[in-house]
Amino acid sequence: MEALMIEGTQKTPTVEFEPTKGVLEIKGRSIPENSIEFYKPIVDWLEEYSGSPAAKTVVNVHLEYFNTSSSKCILDVFKKLESLHKSSNDVQINWYYEEDDEDMLEAGEDYESIIRVPFKMIEIVD
Amino acid sequence: MSFNINEYYSKVSQGDVLLAYKGSITSELINEVLEAVEEKLEKVNESGKTRKKLYNVLVESLQNLYHHIEETHEGIDEDLDPKFAVLIIERDNEDYKVITGNFIRNTKIGFLKEKIDKINSMTKDELKDMYKFILNHQKISAKGGGGLGLVDIARKTGKDMTYEFYNYNNDYSFFNLTIDV
Repeated sequence: MEALMIEGTQKTPTVEFEPTKGVLEIKGRSIPENSIEFYKPIVDWLEEYSGSPAAKTVVNVHLEYFNTSSSKCILDVFKKLESLHKSSNDVQINWYYEEDDEDMLEAGEDYESIIRVPFKMIEIVD
Repeated sequence: MSFNINEYYSKVSQGDVLLAYKGSITSELINEVLEAVEEKLEKVNESGKTRKKLYNVLVESLQNLYHHIEETHEGIDEDLDPKFAVLIIERDNEDYKVITGNFIRNTKIGFLKEKIDKINSMTKDELKDMYKFILNHQKISAKGGGGLGLVDIARKTGKDMTYEFYNYNNDYSFFNLTIDV
C-alpha cells in the first residue's frame, strides 16, 4: 500500500499517512466549502489500510481551524479508527491544540466523548 | 415604507468598519475576506483568542451564506448579483460585530426564527449537547454542516444573536443577522 500525501492549501490541511509506520498526520486548516470531497479519499484510504494495519496506528491531528462541515468528516475518519480499534488493534489519537485555545481543546473533548479510541490532548506551548 | 437595499447598506456600515461588502458570495470571495481580515487583525495586534473566535465566526457565517442563499432572486426588483449578500465586520469597543444580510423566502422565516430563538435560549452545556447530537446523528449534506453552523457560532461567542426580517414583497424578506464576537 502506498503512502497518502495531500499538500495543504489555504482551506485544506496537509495530510500524510505512512502505512508501514502506521502514522497519520492531519495538520493545518480545514475550512473547505465542500468537505466531503476532501475527506472521502482519506476515509477510503483508511478502509483499505484497515485490511492490513501496522502493529500500532497513531493519528496526529493538529488543526488550527476547522469548520462545522469538516467536523462531520473528521468524525467519519475517527469512526474508521474506532472500528480498527474494535477489531483489537492498537490505535491512538493525539489531539494537538495551541496554548490557550480552549475552543480547540473542547472540540477534541467532544470527539473523545463520542469515539471509543484512546485520546491524548496535547497542548503546544510556544 | 418598503425595504431599500442601499439605505440598509449605508445604515449598517456606519460603525467602526473593518470590512464592508455587498455582492456575490463565492468560494474565492470567502478566501479574500478571510485573508484581508487576518491581515488587519495581525496589524492591530489583536489577541490570538479574539482572532480565532472572529475567524471561526466569519468562516461559519460566510459558508452559511454560501450554502443557503438563493441562487437567483426572481421577483426582486433590484439589480442584484447572483448569490447576493451583505457582510459587515466592525469594531465595537473591545469587541467585534459580524453583520450579514440576505434575501430570504418568506416561507423560510418561521423555521429560521425558531432555530435562532432556541439557540439563544440555551445554556453553554445545552449547546454542547446539541452540537454533539447533530454531529453524531445527522448525515452531512452536500450543503455543508447540516445545521451546525449557528450552534457553533453560539458556542464560540457565548452571546445571543440578534435578527431582523424586513418585509420586501409577498415572496421575500431581507434577513439581517448580528453576531457579537
